[in-house]
Amino acid sequence: MKTEDYLALDFQDSMGLLSQSRREFLKRLGGGIFIFVSLGELVTAQEAGRQRGGGQGLPSDFNAFLRIGEDGRVTCFTGKIEMGQGPITSLPQMLAEELEAPLDTVDIVMGDTERCPWDMGTFGSMTTRSFGPALQAAAAEARAVLLELAAEALKVPQAQLVAKDGVIFDGQNKEQRRTYGQLAKGQTIERHLQSKPALKDVAKHTVVGKPLLRRDGRDKVTGKAQYAGDLREPGMLYAKILRPPAHGAKLKSVDTAPAKAIAGAQVIQDGDLVAVLHELPDVAEAALDKIKAEFDVPEPTVDDKTIFDHLLKVNPQGRAVAEGGDLAEGRKLASKTFEQTYLNSYVAHTAMETHTALAKVEGDKATVWASTQNPFGAQREIAEAIGLPAQKVRVITPFVGGGFGGKTRNTQAVEAARLSKAVGKPVQVAWSRAEEFFYDTFRPAAIVKISSGIDGSGKMAFWDYDVLYAGERGAKQFYSVANHRTTARPSGWQGPPGSHPFATGAWRAPSNNTNTFARESQIDIMAAAAGMDPVDFRLKNLIDPRMIRVLKAAAERFGWTPAKAPSKRGYGVACGMDAGTWVATMIEAEVDAKKGTVQVKRVVCAQDMGLVVNPEGAKIQAEGCTTMGLGYALTEEVHFKGGKVLDTNFDTYELPRFSWVPKIETVLIDAKDSPPQGGGEPAIIVMGAVIANAIYDRTGARLFQLPMTPERVLAAIQKA
Amino acid sequence: MSDAITFKLNDKPVRLNVDGDRALLWVLRTDLGLTGTKFGCGEGHCGACTVLVDGVAVRSCLRKVKEVKDKEVVTIEGLAKGGVLHPVQKAFLEHDALQCGFCTPGMVLTAVGLLTSNPKPTREQILRGMEQNLCRCGAHTRIVDAIQSAAGEMKGGQ
Repeated sequence: MKTEDYLALDFQDSMGLLSQSRREFLKRLGGGIFIFVSLGELVTAQEAGRQRGGGQGLPSDFNAFLRIGEDGRVTCFTGKIEMGQGPITSLPQMLAEELEAPLDTVDIVMGDTERCPWDMGTFGSMTTRSFGPALQAAAAEARAVLLELAAEALKVPQAQLVAKDGVIFDGQNKEQRRTYGQLAKGQTIERHLQSKPALKDVAKHTVVGKPLLRRDGRDKVTGKAQYAGDLREPGMLYAKILRPPAHGAKLKSVDTAPAKAIAGAQVIQDGDLVAVLHELPDVAEAALDKIKAEFDVPEPTVDDKTIFDHLLKVNPQGRAVAEGGDLAEGRKLASKTFEQTYLNSYVAHTAMETHTALAKVEGDKATVWASTQNPFGAQREIAEAIGLPAQKVRVITPFVGGGFGGKTRNTQAVEAARLSKAVGKPVQVAWSRAEEFFYDTFRPAAIVKISSGIDGSGKMAFWDYDVLYAGERGAKQFYSVANHRTTARPSGWQGPPGSHPFATGAWRAPSNNTNTFARESQIDIMAAAAGMDPVDFRLKNLIDPRMIRVLKAAAERFGWTPAKAPSKRGYGVACGMDAGTWVATMIEAEVDAKKGTVQVKRVVCAQDMGLVVNPEGAKIQAEGCTTMGLGYALTEEVHFKGGKVLDTNFDTYELPRFSWVPKIETVLIDAKDSPPQGGGEPAIIVMGAVIANAIYDRTGARLFQLPMTPERVLAAIQKA
Repeated sequence: MSDAITFKLNDKPVRLNVDGDRALLWVLRTDLGLTGTKFGCGEGHCGACTVLVDGVAVRSCLRKVKEVKDKEVVTIEGLAKGGVLHPVQKAFLEHDALQCGFCTPGMVLTAVGLLTSNPKPTREQILRGMEQNLCRCGAHTRIVDAIQSAAGEMKGGQ
């Protein structure tokens, strides 16, 4: 398929490839009303602060914009991408609400570096809470502009006008009306919004807060939705790349002659990059198999069993995330103290779509269609690799088949671009499942050490928390304890050099899965020692009203009745905070004491995520988090020996399956008065602890390591 | 190496001159341009590449193209007739039984195969029938609900 045809499928406007001044940019878009928003104080300092000038193909002084065309259609341009989490539905929903435009007149262009303003990337559940307000502000401003134009056109004072369903009419004479398209006709109006305009009263919302089915659903059930691997360019070749057997291995010798002997196969050797290209992907793969290569493989010094000793030896430095009171004083107050160490193994992202890209490098410009969570990051990486200025590289993001943090590294896009440049034709790189495991940026193996204590009344007396390698997100505890310290070593998810035998990175709700597993297990241990029901213990030690509210909401829906654990019921509870959202989950689980297997039967997940934009979307995300979380809690663990990743497919790396999935109920707290928060990650963070706590409640056996495989469950039962 | 292979694809006759040992998946995706059939693992573990061969759901990554000679192949592109969605597609849509959508074609076709052989499955039978299909986004509960509702709508017929 030609680029132009592809554009026609997904986009309303087509634009050239070159960078442009704003005037050129507006001219290319055609007439209409344009609203530009600089995020400024509208978003978190994190995202705004990292705004980069230059590089991208667009003027760089704004972060969001929308256009109202002469045909009345509204287009929102965003650097965010759709990977299943739903902004393709929720962002137009937010826009339509503020603009008073029918939802079906709103289009969205996502993840195209040439057409969308710079964006850091789609992760951290930032789309709704950070980009959303900017978009709402742009829409509110657009409505104000339309009202001005209508007042002039209809000769009616603005205060008398009503905007509704894409039309502005005189409140005293409905026949006096103009559609948005009529108002935009012949106009080229450019507005820059610097301060926050007044938004609609939440009580008047008619679109936001309404459950909506996915807008991309039909294309996805008919096979029409296109992912990076589904795109075709004339003359394109498929590349298969020679890979080392282990991280750290060095290529000693290579004989590519047997591959070259295959009809139509081309071999490209560009430094360390050795690839076979062919017009059929399966033939390229067969040809690659014929290449004889020898590698120097370093002796493995660590494996999945010894990794924790190794990591402790590296002993990274960190920083105090939170500190208060006096730990020594707290220890004196404590009548019982608890010292525990929690472990979790490396976990893979394994999106169903492997890293894929199609690159077309022609002369001094490049177009790359990539499965990526950060098209602007990919643009920079590609530009550096092939020696072009960033504005000569256009990255387009089609539908992405799952990301979970794993598609923030764009190695495959760089490979495709390098090969396309070398061969002078469009080249697709689509990783095999083995390559996907090998080059994944795993959730790091991590260790949490907690020392804590309670006084005679069941109040927490002190809390000393030290997390190694997971990172600090979610490390800070939220219970009411005066004497506390939380240290994260290091603060992020990449250890100092020499820590991990392969790359580590952000995995859905990074750091927080590990931290919540450790914290909420420790809380349960203290509750049991205090002779208290684990929900009562939490309520006794909580003062955060929103956490108390979600915990009570979960208990009510679940039908939790107080009992000291182990109650034999197999009930578990865990709380957490992530991406601005409060979450409390309760489950009922069965444990097969002979096999060590765990079946989660029922889940209630309560969330306070502020204003809920699309309740259906929010529920789906909570269900997805819960289901995905079963995997890292029960089976998912990367097996390796030195730099060799032993898992190459789903036969040894076990994902959650249909028979595992419990009945899931999601309770969304009505918090319309608070700004919307993240929903793509929070519900997953509780899954380790809530299952560990349920296993304890059922069997009296306490698990201290994730995943809680049958072997580990049996060992714990024997120890109990 | 080239063999003349004929089969019926989405109700239309197809004649190909290809190496018959090539995987059906790649012939569909590359030679025939039907990209709705997805590559997920290449070893039959995930089900993203599922198609129907004579009404039975099979993994096209493990199937040689010569094995479908003179048979009837249906891919996701051929399931809706004249723009009217198959009841299973409709149910997936109405239940929001998908997120990233990458496993969806395989899920839909596996479900169609299941309902063809067992028009009134119990929930337990649906779980068993779908067990070998992987979804990373976690749409499982909605997929099961969708299949149950499609079964109800089809009332045992197509």
